[in-house]
Amino acid sequence: MRITCPNCGERDRREFYYQGDALALDRPSQDAGLSVWDDYLHNRGNPAGDTKDLWFHEAGCGAWLVVDRNTVTHAVHKAVLAEKVKR
Amino acid sequence: MAKLIALTPCAGLLPISLGKIAVTEVLPDRLMSVAPFAGQNKAVSAKLKSHVGAVLSGLNRRIGGVTWFGHGTWMVAGDVALDGLAAVTDQSDAWAVVAISGAGSEDVLARLVPIDLRATVFKKNHVAKTMLGHLSVTITRTAANTFEIMVMRSMAQTLVHDLDVAMRGVAARG
Amino acid sequence: MRLEQPEQTVTFTFDGRKLKGVPGEPVAAALMANGIKLVARSFKYHRPRGVMSAGSEEQNALVTVGRGAQTEPNLRATTLEVSEGLEVFSQNAWPSLRYDMLAINDLFSRFLAAGFYYKTFMWPRSFWEKVYEPVIRRAAGLGALSGETNPDDYEKAFAFCDVLVIGAGPAGLMAALTAGRAGADVILADEDTAMGGRLLREREEIDGKPATAWVAAAIQELANLKNVRMMTRTTVTGAYDQGTYAALERIAGDRAAGKPLECFWRIVAKRAILTAGALERPIAFPNNDRPGIMMASAVRAYVNRWGVAPGKSVAVFGNNDDAHRTAQDLQAAGIKVAALIDSRDDTDITSDFPIYTGAQVVATKGRHALESVTIAYNGGRRVIRTDCLAMSGGWNPTVHLTCHMNGRPTWNTDIASFVPSAENVPGMVTAGACNGTFSTADCLAEGAAVAADVAKDLGFKSRVKVPQAEDRTYAISPLWAVPGKGRQWIDFQNDVHVKDIKLAAQENFRSVEHMKRYTTQGMAPDQGKSSNVVALAVLADATGRGIPETGTTTFRPPYVPVSIAAMGAGSQGKGFAPERFTTSHKASVGRDAPMIEAGLWYRPSYFPQKDEATWREACDREVGYVRNAVGVCDVSTLGKIDIQGPDAATLLDFVYTNTFSTLKVGKVRYGLMLREDGHVLDDGTTARLGEQHFVMTTTTAAAGLVMRHLEFVLQALRPDLDANVISVTEQWAQFAVAGPKARALLNTVLDQELTDEAWPFMACGEANVGGVPGRLFRISFSGEHAYEVAVPSRYGESLFRMLVAQAEVMGGGPYGMEALNVLRIEKGFITHAEIHGRTTAFDIGMGRMVSQKKDCIGHAAAARPGLIGEGRQQLVGLRAKGPDHPLTAGAHLFEKDADATRVNSQGYTTSVCYSPTLDTQLALAFLENGRARHGEVIKLRDHLRDVTETVVVCDPVFFDPTGGRARG
Repeated sequence: MRITCPNCGERDRREFYYQGDALALDRPSQDAGLSVWDDYLHNRGNPAGDTKDLWFHEAGCGAWLVVDRNTVTHAVHKAVLAEKVKR
Repeated sequence: MAKLIALTPCAGLLPISLGKIAVTEVLPDRLMSVAPFAGQNKAVSAKLKSHVGAVLSGLNRRIGGVTWFGHGTWMVAGDVALDGLAAVTDQSDAWAVVAISGAGSEDVLARLVPIDLRATVFKKNHVAKTMLGHLSVTITRTAANTFEIMVMRSMAQTLVHDLDVAMRGVAARG
Repeated sequence: MRLEQPEQTVTFTFDGRKLKGVPGEPVAAALMANGIKLVARSFKYHRPRGVMSAGSEEQNALVTVGRGAQTEPNLRATTLEVSEGLEVFSQNAWPSLRYDMLAINDLFSRFLAAGFYYKTFMWPRSFWEKVYEPVIRRAAGLGALSGETNPDDYEKAFAFCDVLVIGAGPAGLMAALTAGRAGADVILADEDTAMGGRLLREREEIDGKPATAWVAAAIQELANLKNVRMMTRTTVTGAYDQGTYAALERIAGDRAAGKPLECFWRIVAKRAILTAGALERPIAFPNNDRPGIMMASAVRAYVNRWGVAPGKSVAVFGNNDDAHRTAQDLQAAGIKVAALIDSRDDTDITSDFPIYTGAQVVATKGRHALESVTIAYNGGRRVIRTDCLAMSGGWNPTVHLTCHMNGRPTWNTDIASFVPSAENVPGMVTAGACNGTFSTADCLAEGAAVAADVAKDLGFKSRVKVPQAEDRTYAISPLWAVPGKGRQWIDFQNDVHVKDIKLAAQENFRSVEHMKRYTTQGMAPDQGKSSNVVALAVLADATGRGIPETGTTTFRPPYVPVSIAAMGAGSQGKGFAPERFTTSHKASVGRDAPMIEAGLWYRPSYFPQKDEATWREACDREVGYVRNAVGVCDVSTLGKIDIQGPDAATLLDFVYTNTFSTLKVGKVRYGLMLREDGHVLDDGTTARLGEQHFVMTTTTAAAGLVMRHLEFVLQALRPDLDANVISVTEQWAQFAVAGPKARALLNTVLDQELTDEAWPFMACGEANVGGVPGRLFRISFSGEHAYEVAVPSRYGESLFRMLVAQAEVMGGGPYGMEALNVLRIEKGFITHAEIHGRTTAFDIGMGRMVSQKKDCIGHAAAARPGLIGEGRQQLVGLRAKGPDHPLTAGAHLFEKDADATRVNSQGYTTSVCYSPTLDTQLALAFLENGRARHGEVIKLRDHLRDVTETVVVCDPVFFDPTGGRARG
């Protein structure tokens, strides 16, 4: 699997550390309540199809990325810098 | 007064050579990492221009003594004072820097580095943050047949070991 | 028998017998030239077998090469190259290939049918592992490994290109020429020793010249193109995501010391053109496995390319036009054609050798070599004397790589074969025989056309120029199995025959995947390359379905077996993991310190002295240095992260549970970091060097983890914060100087006088050593008056030697990991043995460090029900009955009189030591409601090491609970 890092270009996935679903970007407020925090921390969709997740280019430039990909076809649609994602 | 003796990162490890390929230690006088604060890239470039004669290089590039060094970071060979425009950190002792040169250097690196280093793609002053074997490295092509490799100081021995094995593999094919 | 005398020969051996061969030719050809037909015994029944094919698909002729540790089993004699001194051995036979005792299996074959193992060896259960399996494994099998460490070298390498052309037959060569001429970077890979594919094996003309001449010219042109890389002996073994391909290269030439045997390539290609050709399939007629029965195309290959006659009088049996070619080539080479047996009624061939149309081979004779075949013809039987039968059941396009990403091929009735489905592998197109295109003219044209399309897509301009070539049609009338007396073999390599497949269907293993597992069809090293389609046809027939409805099994990489040594190349020995050495490494090793791994780092365990018999003696002495005089320890491995920026303090307040924005410049504070789920991530001290400048310390183990975490916070959670982090672990060599004489020692090396007023507990700042700018931190991980002094790494070894020498003058010396561990356990300081990922700030007694005045990572989750309260297992100390009652880490804790069973477990120990300071055995542990149970006597039980002890629960700070020694 290859991911196109916005900084470095196309690289083998072995250079990246996988974190999990990109909903981790939407951190709830401190007092959002237990169920909101549970969803944020633990509940994931596990989609068969398009998914957005977080990867860290650990053996490369050190950028955190949001990667758009498909779990069925293995297609990697695009990767963007996490810091540039609007929220 | 106590007198401390300095040792280089590759002391006792380099140089090595086999056939036309040689690996030598590079000793920059000073290495300062520069990570500009929000919105300060231009100002930092202007200062660097006057300090070391080069501006912040583009992604994956080196200009003069300024080397892109990862997300939002540059490594500058030389002294810099940036008055709070950037995080400036002395890294002069943190890196082992080696040069591999000679015809066939590309073949040696093709055994260790999982990225495209062919001359048509990875040209002079191109920089890559990538892996060499299991090591995280920064590779710069400094001349037609010469690459500069930076690895964390503590791993210099493993770098030299891996290069040595790959060099012997290339040489054995004749 | 050789058709011409070779120019040069070398000597190799087969089962010890010296033979002459031509260097570079396949061992199979050399054996044939020496009249050797029996080369192997089959997997299960130990049937005598001979060479069947002329390529990597070989099912029978597996051999072992070399001796001792360099033994390499299961190599195919059809691809193994002859070289001087090569030692080749047959496999799976005892005492010899000719008189194999286990051939007795063949006599009992009625009882050894598919599913036999599952049905017979059911009971008693324990017998399976101990008796049945070992016996069966010995009886049925292939070559054996030596069991020794492989001393040979292997390589791994990476390559990149615009276009990867897989297979260098007519279609592949045309594709490479077209793409290469257009200017694309091309890699042309072929598993043979030379480029050309079937053109090297046929008598054909291209552009009016022999095809081999055209091939030579094409290779020359490709060699002159700088943008084309040709890789022979290289099998592309797998297709993976985003244009990644695996390939195994057998490195040319003799085995020599230091020369790799194989190279495992990872090739990344923008596009791939699969021109892998096709494989001829056998016909399942009775006893079709005798030595001398071969694939018809292989017979042509041995005659045309290697100049070897597979027999003196050869019969040809086929169901398609291609078989005719074999008969014609044999005749042209002066080899007698005993008969051409065509199963079809209407074939238009005339010749002066006997032709039987509408005929089938129904029996064969000859135990160690074929003697005759019996054919059913015109309603009668006829015996034909022959020593070689060339069979052709038609061609299977080599679709494997198109199916490696879960795609399935499509059935094509015209050629009675599967062909690739479009777009199975993104970026890959197919051409030539692997696409079901069989004439040379069509292969050349198709190779050129797809390459032109690919080049255009990649932005290159190309011109298509296709040479003239023969344009024979290929007509086939399916013939899968011929009934008769005797087994009709399908999978020769795994000894599966028609009856096995029918039995599977009869026992309701009708799904092709079930049939495969029931019969082991297609599960041998060749993975059913030649046999799977025949097996499918037989299954389809037995279940009354069509072949497309029956479907194929899943095609998985690798296409040919890949040795583990090649895939793991570079990772043996020192290549397994990087070694990280501190600047004091040599000095420690020079003092005979055993080095232990801490992550990738190597750290001294202890520094032995001559009169010491055990590590404990050394450890106790080193603990004494620190408690009574002064000890020196390299702590450079701890992670050090430089944090700068207007929002540096805000960042720290957000990642630590406690507050750092209030820390004064020149001071250090201990900090606790949580994961977002409320569990402890790491701990350490952070020093404030300036208003906007901090240096964070992490544990050795978590240095990378914390760096990644900080980057995550800055880039993903709080991009609004203006702060930058960078590791300075490697920049500084840092040494702990600990003990009552620590200040005195430092005053011998520092440029300025160290006083308690200027450097109180938890102070930090700059301090020079011999004119070298360094840093000094008054922090303690031992509970003693202690400092950590740092200098740029180039001076590390020098400073370490200096500190140790001065310490020894003062009655102290260096201390290692063992002593460091004892010192911290005595003080109840935690490490990752305690903060192991399942403990909270509450558990370790630091609940009050979670500031309620601000948010931080883990703040919300740490307050969840269940993470706080009496039910939690809390950090406690345990004291043993005395110094002779050692405790073990990982032991479980129980109420004094409770049974040591799982349901009664109330906690466990995490760290243990003998404390020379307190002269007793200690443990840190987690115990249910532990903080309320200080003073209680409980039971410690370690079932693994059979240890039972009575211990007293106490505060985890065993020594100097008020902390006066560190402050004083």
